Amino acid sequence: MLRLSSPAKKVILIFLLTLLAGFISLPHEFSLFGRNFTRPNINIQSGRFDIQKNLDLVLGLDLAGGSHLVFEADTSKLPAEKKKDATASVRDVIERRVNLFGVSEPNVQTGSFEGKDRVIVELPGIKDTKQAVDIIGQTAQLSFAEVKEASPSAILVPTSLTGADLSYARADFDKNTGKPVVSIEFTKEGGDKFAEITGATVGKPLAIVLDNQVISAPIVQEKISGGQAQISGNFSVDEAKKLAIELNAGALPVPVTLIEERTVGATLGAESIARSVRAGLVGLSMVLLFMVLEYGKLGLVADVGLIVFGVLTLALYKLIPVVLTLPGIAGFLLSVGMAVDSNILIFERFKEEKVRRPVADALEVSFGRAWDSIRDANISTLVTAFVLANPFDWQFLNTSGPVRGFAITLALGIGLSLFTGIVVSRNLLRVFIREDKITK
Amino acid sequence: MKYRLVYFAISAVVIAAGVFSLFKWGLNFGVDFKGGAILEYRFKADVSEEKLTSLIESTKAQVASVQKTGNGSYIIRLSPITLEQKGIIGVLLEKNFEAQELRFENVGPSIGPELVKKTLYALIISATAILLWVALQFKSLKFGASAVLAMFHDSVVVIGTYSLLGHFFGAEVDFLFVTALLTILSFSVHDTIVVYDRIRESHKKLGGSVTELADKAISETMVRSLNNSFTIIFMLVALLLLGGTTIRWFAATLLIGTVSGTYSSPFVAVPILVTWEEIQKKIKG
Repeated sequence: MLRLSSPAKKVILIFLLTLLAGFISLPHEFSLFGRNFTRPNINIQSGRFDIQKNLDLVLGLDLAGGSHLVFEADTSKLPAEKKKDATASVRDVIERRVNLFGVSEPNVQTGSFEGKDRVIVELPGIKDTKQAVDIIGQTAQLSFAEVKEASPSAILVPTSLTGADLSYARADFDKNTGKPVVSIEFTKEGGDKFAEITGATVGKPLAIVLDNQVISAPIVQEKISGGQAQISGNFSVDEAKKLAIELNAGALPVPVTLIEERTVGATLGAESIARSVRAGLVGLSMVLLFMVLEYGKLGLVADVGLIVFGVLTLALYKLIPVVLTLPGIAGFLLSVGMAVDSNILIFERFKEEKVRRPVADALEVSFGRAWDSIRDANISTLVTAFVLANPFDWQFLNTSGPVRGFAITLALGIGLSLFTGIVVSRNLLRVFIREDKITK
Repeated sequence: MKYRLVYFAISAVVIAAGVFSLFKWGLNFGVDFKGGAILEYRFKADVSEEKLTSLIESTKAQVASVQKTGNGSYIIRLSPITLEQKGIIGVLLEKNFEAQELRFENVGPSIGPELVKKTLYALIISATAILLWVALQFKSLKFGASAVLAMFHDSVVVIGTYSLLGHFFGAEVDFLFVTALLTILSFSVHDTIVVYDRIRESHKKLGGSVTELADKAISETMVRSLNNSFTIIFMLVALLLLGGTTIRWFAATLLIGTVSGTYSSPFVAVPILVTWEEIQKKIKG
């Protein structure tokens, strides 16, 4: 029976792990030697367990294309204790609007800094941001008002009926004129109110007011008790649809203004990816070459460790998943450059130690001595990465996506490089150097 | 440590150039800090800067600059614009020059001051945490303080150099610059810790003063320090040359920081430590 030493077992384990990670790292579809392959996603079903995982890289807005919008909610008129609730409700309304608008995987968050309340909206794949901003930014406060004729001008007297009494709104066409209208249906309570109001105003106009603007003021012909009505203004089809979305999602409790917009087209994103990949490959080859030239056989082992590092990192991005941004890719590339540091530390130490003791011992001693430096040195980078990534959403620190992307990939890179630099290289060296018995 | 004064002089020259530039030209703040709009377009038809500017200014938007990039697109900087203006500009450019919109950023004026504050908080937290970590790890304030001074040295070098780059090459200070600056803080300490670690190890084994051990520790760690910086520099140079315009200055900032960080560990942090100890001895003696 073949008896394997413990480092050899570990090397086999690492090899299998890398193989698995390599499989995960593969793109969903790729071709090799003229044949096309498809990598399946994880889909394990057994008894009560049902694990499904999409193993594609998650790209941020700057790479996939999309829009990042920041709205400021005007909560200045509200008492301090109500601000938080108002902002949260703004968030909910915006989220409903965005969903009704048909954006896939939108991300709507609140934020506040020194008394200013914000709602951050991320819309992947949206090109026409003007339309999106129009829909999100509209307060959509609907109300009905009686019109009291008093010379020289008419006075509006608001009724108790508002947008909150709606159960449903739909873009429609008027049966008689064929013009776009918005059909609305009231809740039970709203329907009763509506019947009461129309009963009292027969023969008089009833104004439909949206955000303090009268959009129409039809004359009430008779008491309407069905709980249904139609809003006709001079709408285009798009305007009618937009209004229906806003009414369905509910009114914003406070007005919002757009204070920041960043939109990246999908073309630019794709170009950024292509460029980063090329830069990464060139940089990586230079590092690999440098290590071999500088450290010979040892460098080759470090290179294997570095490739294992790259494959594991990619797999981890997919499993967590990490939203990859352009600065995020830079963070990854930077961590590749830093990943060999632990190896360099150890190899330099090894050069000193092997003069004093047998090669195998020197190797172990070098690993042991270098570990203190490696740990202490990397903690400082992790501290900075922590501040940049701001995992607890501290409002006094940065919460911007690209910066976080950079910090997260950098931190992950450092964590993993400790593993590959120490565990992977160490065991590889134990197996190969010992059995090779280099005696220099 | 014979050439301590030479090292300090080199640092002083670089810092002086940067500080001079900071006072004379200041920093070139981008839209993240100042507010404003950036439009990036690619055109099928022939365009010129003048034509673009006059067309855009017909919408009453104010053009700050028009810049052609390496990959054939144009970056147009404006003062903040409304969505209506943006819509009109888009239609005009599309009609006249068959334009394709690549990127649009519009930042209100309120964002900048917040970013400045958030950056300061981040800097203070990182620097304090690192100082505490080094001081605790080496059980000495001297070590922590000199590491942080070296870190401060690197920040000043980077900010000063960036001011020069901003004046001569139009490098803008944006949130990526801030990110790079914070990353450099940690890089700076990274190398310093490795040298300090060597001093500590020799001290345990051989004893003696920091001054005696410093030269030995520096020469022992020099090769690893250089080699490690080389691998990082390879990646950054590749990014700088091939990575595209969006992250070019980000890579450049990191590169300057890495070089300065590599230099500052043996030639700033350790000399400060040695000087500190000598002064301490003189006071005691």
